[in-house]
Amino acid sequence: MNENSAVIEISDLNKWFGNFHVLRDINLSVSQGERIVICGPSGSGKSTLIRCINRLEEHQEGRIVVDGNELTHDLKNIDAVRREVGMVFQSFNLFPHLNVLENCTLALIWVRKMPKLEAENLAMEYLHRVKIPEQAQKFPGQLSGGQQQRVAIARSLCMRPKIMLFDEPTSALDPEMIKEVLDVMVDLAETGMTMLVVTHEMGFASQVADQIIFMDEGLIVEQNTPEEFFNNPKSDRTKLFLSQILSH
Amino acid sequence: MTIDNNSNNDKANQNIKPPPANTVGIIGWIRKNLLGGWVNTLLTLISIYILWLVLPPLFDWALLNADFSGSSGKECTTNGACWAWLDQRINQFFYGFYPPDSYWRVNLSLILLLPALAYILFENLPYSTYGRWFALSYPIISAVLLLGGVGLEGVTTDKFGGFMLNLVAGLAGIILSLPIGVVLALGRRSKLPLIRVFSIAFIEIIRGVPLITLLFVAVIIVQLFLPPGVSLDQLIRVMIMITIFASAYMAEVIRGGLQAIPNGQYEAAQAVGLGYWRSMRLVILPQALKISIPGIVNTFIGLFKDTTLVIIIGLFDILGQARLLQTNPDWMGKVDHETFLLAALFFFIICFSMSRYSINLEKRLDTTNK
Repeated sequence: MNENSAVIEISDLNKWFGNFHVLRDINLSVSQGERIVICGPSGSGKSTLIRCINRLEEHQEGRIVVDGNELTHDLKNIDAVRREVGMVFQSFNLFPHLNVLENCTLALIWVRKMPKLEAENLAMEYLHRVKIPEQAQKFPGQLSGGQQQRVAIARSLCMRPKIMLFDEPTSALDPEMIKEVLDVMVDLAETGMTMLVVTHEMGFASQVADQIIFMDEGLIVEQNTPEEFFNNPKSDRTKLFLSQILSH
Repeated sequence: MTIDNNSNNDKANQNIKPPPANTVGIIGWIRKNLLGGWVNTLLTLISIYILWLVLPPLFDWALLNADFSGSSGKECTTNGACWAWLDQRINQFFYGFYPPDSYWRVNLSLILLLPALAYILFENLPYSTYGRWFALSYPIISAVLLLGGVGLEGVTTDKFGGFMLNLVAGLAGIILSLPIGVVLALGRRSKLPLIRVFSIAFIEIIRGVPLITLLFVAVIIVQLFLPPGVSLDQLIRVMIMITIFASAYMAEVIRGGLQAIPNGQYEAAQAVGLGYWRSMRLVILPQALKISIPGIVNTFIGLFKDTTLVIIIGLFDILGQARLLQTNPDWMGKVDHETFLLAALFFFIICFSMSRYSINLEKRLDTTNK
């Protein structure tokens, strides 16, 4: 990959929670349009890593540069990064006091300063894209988990981010609903969005990912293309993980 | 296909039956709430018996055997209530010593309060933009009306009294204590140590001292620190203290609401790029305040009743007027119950309205079962 087209540059990243060394010497470069799946056992630091990218977590050592903005204590840079990075959470985190349409237009109106009507049109466009325009006037509490997660994706997409982060987007869903969310994510991948996805959905990983990263105990143990990763894993830890996750 | 569908529908409809007649409607309600089990039935019977003991004599005393005319207590000769004083004194109970030819100013400011409140409390009213501006400027309008200025004759606050005084002090406290409480609650959770320490100290000190002590401080001690020649109106001092006192409680009520909001809400608001203040205003506070409604209204009601403490600065609110009449030689010994009953009724009407409105508001804001 061409060095100049990297939209995320992470170098020598270290982070501690108290005394616990949660991320150790992480180096990662993500190019425009690249789709990266991050997997690993729980507690391996994979969620923390992508949460560092939009500074929901602060790192203590190393550099994170997103789209030319380095994440430091400078609030302006943090705002600039958050405008370019969308995030989808495991627990959806829709705003329960606002209806679906208002969830999508809130940041457009207050951050992007878009007129209300224009924001609503844009939001409806994205609700069509995640296939739930008919739910626009409902409140999140009235939707199924899968529908809520698709709204959450639409809410992020409305901001027209360059990068989308997914933090275990299907882990809180019933099996029937996982597919509807993954379908939306596959569609999104086909549009050329830069995506970092923390997930255990290996089918999705092999179908969509350009790179799979396997993390354990705060380290990137293995980083490879899906074919190599599944067919020819290098480290024993990866083999063990894959045997456990694919044994069912 | 169509036939199949129809027969399926028929089958489905066949299985939908109305609930048994004795579980719905008035009969269902009575069975469920009054006669559900022998304990409930017994309690219902006991309650009916107590009501039968209390209500008829009360009704006799308050209305049937009551005296409604006369110019002094001596003319109240029946063993019922003596309401003869109402005719002469009701204005004092309501307006205190406010100049009678300016009563219209109090009335007008109360009448204007209704649309102002309506525009704050209810959505979807016509001309809502103008309405909100009117509501925002209402405190200034009513201050001018009550105190004078802009061509109106000045009235000093020592003329304020009766229930109007309770309303003025209570409303001012209610309007101010909510925003101050929000700021203190956010301050107590701030990451900036100076703001956090100040908020904690303020809340704990104010909450740790009885209100009446604060009022004495306001009335007696504050004067010692003011430069000679400068004085702050007594009523304003008391209103400030009542407001501060309620704010400290309000802050803790709202902090409870803030803590109930899951961390994911803060993170989602941050992730879509809303900064701290916008996250708070648009995402966190609307939810936290909704959760806190019972506690907020509790504090409002407490504050409103605390306005009766203005008596310690020598102002005669509605309770003060009651005491004044009870010690008046013309009425002494005849009106003790009646005057307190009237004061209680005034307070109950306002407090019960606040309570009902808050229940209505909770239902309206509930987004889970719409």
